[in-house]
Amino acid sequence: MADSTTSRVSFTLDSSLETVNKIEQTAELCAVRAGFDEDTVSNISMAIREAAVNAVLHGNAYDVNKSVKASFETTAEALTIRIADQGPGLDPDTIPDPLAPENILRGSGRGIFLIRAFMDEVHFRQLHPGTELTLIKHRPPAQSGT
Amino acid sequence: MSMKVSTRQVDGITILDMSGRITLGEGSVTLRDAVRDVLAKGTKHILLNLGDITYIDSSGIGELVSAFTTVKNSGGELKLLNLTKKVHDLLQITKLYTVFDVKDDEASAIASFTK
Repeated sequence: MADSTTSRVSFTLDSSLETVNKIEQTAELCAVRAGFDEDTVSNISMAIREAAVNAVLHGNAYDVNKSVKASFETTAEALTIRIADQGPGLDPDTIPDPLAPENILRGSGRGIFLIRAFMDEVHFRQLHPGTELTLIKHRPPAQSGT
Repeated sequence: MSMKVSTRQVDGITILDMSGRITLGEGSVTLRDAVRDVLAKGTKHILLNLGDITYIDSSGIGELVSAFTTVKNSGGELKLLNLTKKVHDLLQITKLYTVFDVKDDEASAIASFTK
């Protein structure tokens, strides 16, 4: 099989809301270029924004000495986005279910749920220190190879 | 684009016409402050008009929930008006659609408040 990598871009950014916006905007651009429909582009953008918020806010806690790494890779098969922080680490198994009756009126805790709802695959990797999220959206066959 | 809020009164109901994005940071804080200001003025019937909200993230959803519980705990009512498809879908996914009283017509929304 020929090299299927069509594009790849990566950034190292500070722990700020500007970083969240830049990652979201880049994800949207990549999703549009990958040929996803409007609703899917919106969902991907939202999922990536939530991951970026997790990295900046919950991971690095806005620490100016910590950075966020983000990479965006589009292949014939999928759009793969990785976001890594330098925080204390996130165990996805300890995140409360936001749909549980006792959590439904909580003012926070829906980010990971939305990421999982909108992406096809979500993987967590512990970096010691930090957490890397890999978020994958598969491209429909008709869009592959473009 | 940040969020903007304008306030008007109709039949004793405070309507907050909101536009833009409700996201972590400015949008969420603007919503929180707007609801707090309304409650501070003694009005407990609040209708959030979300018709021009273009985007909302989990922080914004959390802020809507917090506003709902704050108003309810104050003995008031907070209802939502004119959800866009995106906001509607998000409230469905998060099972919050049935928590909120959601209206799509301003006149009937105003009439639905307990007076």
